[in-house]
Amino acid sequence: MIDWLLEPFQHPFNQRAVLAALLIGFTNGYASAFVVLRKSALKVGSLSHALLPGIAVAIAVVGLHDWSAFLGSLFAALLIGLGSLAVSRGSRLDQDSALAILYTAAFSGGIILLRRIGVTQEMEDWLFGNIMGLRDGDLWTNFWISITALGTLTALHRPLLMTLFDAEVAATLGVPVRALNYLLMAVLIVVLISSLQAVGCMLAIGLLVTPAATVYLLTDSTNALFWGGAVLGGIASALAVLIGWWINIEQGPAIVLVLGLLFLAAFLFSPQYGLIAKSRHSRAAQ
Amino acid sequence: MTHPAHESCDHCGHHHELRVEDLQVRYREVEALRGVNMSASCGSCVALIGPNGAGKSTLLKAIAGLLPVSGGRILWRGTKVAKWSREIAYLPQRENVDWHFPITVRGVVRMGRYPQSGWWRPFSVDDENAIQRAIEWMDLADLGDRQISALSGGQQQRVFLARALAQEAHVLLLDEPFTGLDRTSKNALAKTLRKLTEEGRLVIASHHDLDTVRDIYDEVLLLNRKPLAFGPVAEVFTGEQIEKTFAAGVAGGKERA
Repeated sequence: MIDWLLEPFQHPFNQRAVLAALLIGFTNGYASAFVVLRKSALKVGSLSHALLPGIAVAIAVVGLHDWSAFLGSLFAALLIGLGSLAVSRGSRLDQDSALAILYTAAFSGGIILLRRIGVTQEMEDWLFGNIMGLRDGDLWTNFWISITALGTLTALHRPLLMTLFDAEVAATLGVPVRALNYLLMAVLIVVLISSLQAVGCMLAIGLLVTPAATVYLLTDSTNALFWGGAVLGGIASALAVLIGWWINIEQGPAIVLVLGLLFLAAFLFSPQYGLIAKSRHSRAAQ
Repeated sequence: MTHPAHESCDHCGHHHELRVEDLQVRYREVEALRGVNMSASCGSCVALIGPNGAGKSTLLKAIAGLLPVSGGRILWRGTKVAKWSREIAYLPQRENVDWHFPITVRGVVRMGRYPQSGWWRPFSVDDENAIQRAIEWMDLADLGDRQISALSGGQQQRVFLARALAQEAHVLLLDEPFTGLDRTSKNALAKTLRKLTEEGRLVIASHHDLDTVRDIYDEVLLLNRKPLAFGPVAEVFTGEQIEKTFAAGVAGGKERA
């Protein structure tokens, strides 16, 4: 039994995967608090799909290197995000509709291109993640992305929270609201990209929403939301990678599924905001 | 009109005046306001009165620097109001605030010190004192650690007032502060606004309830896309003028509360 539990740790690539899951989960969990407070899960989820065509173009043009997929996907997400803004400003269409049109079109293009350049096998990795395929270089790339994202978000914590709470009031207090909104979106895209190898672009939004959403049902403290989300994201992701080995299931979906189950537990059993506590509350009130 | 010395203004020798000159605001093609002229000073409580869509919120937001001005100008103490000023506080309509945002009463009041503390600097003793003073001033001392979602309407309004006090604002711009409050809270808020005015602030509020205008305000701006009258309540707030303001109808464009 003990041997079975510890067996995965004997291989260096397994250790690397657990380490990566901790790191990626932590960063995404921290950033997920911003997604939840900004109520922008759908928008960020759309942008995560926009990463795929960027990767496809990058591979087609310069081949797959440590940074080519990162830069390609970053460029594609920014292009589609800003493109949707331009379309909504230049027409009578709202931004969500514009975003949906652009990202599905780009996504379709990405799928076709990836098949054309003959990386069909890798396509599943880009869609659903393959944390076992992680190399040392990828781990370092992720490390620097995480440090940059966490550093930026922590440094701008005060004005960012004011912007999220009430953008107009924040603006009258001298907070550069518009610049911060763009910057936050850019950081969230970078964080999304960091999770590509773990959960792929189809599942990335799960990792970038669920941790803080779960904590949101358990506490009223903003600090707990950020750091609790980070710790939950990190530990749940690492645990899911281990569970993947133990019962032989795919690690990417395992991460998002474990987080989903934890959310469900909080949704039902949270002492203050849980469904059971609520129904007991309303029954007591009658 | 005499200008008694005011506590919140006395660090400056002269009297503080907010001047709106021939103000025009447009939303894309729709003209929301035109030809607005008014001038009010510290120690006055000004009501903006007009039907829905008359541009009351627009005027408040323009003074707060939240909207681009397409004509005319707004002067505070003789200089043009920039994008924002620490001396001008804006209080949004209560229904536009996300009261489920996880933040405490003290957390909101703290935001008022942002102009002084900036992006990173921890709060100084001065900041903490100003925050505490503002909280006590607004009778929120027992509620400092309470979540804002767990407050009554009157308390919520006082939290935003406390934020403006922590900010050390001279001009308070309030959008429909009395809407949705029960009678007791309305009376308490009216008293609070009077107190803030007497201490030397300039309070400007959009207001719906015509029956209470005389009890709360010193001056009135009757507004319906363009100004119909401005002056002391006793002179301007007459049946004839009110009728004219509300009879004019809202000219074109969609309604804006």
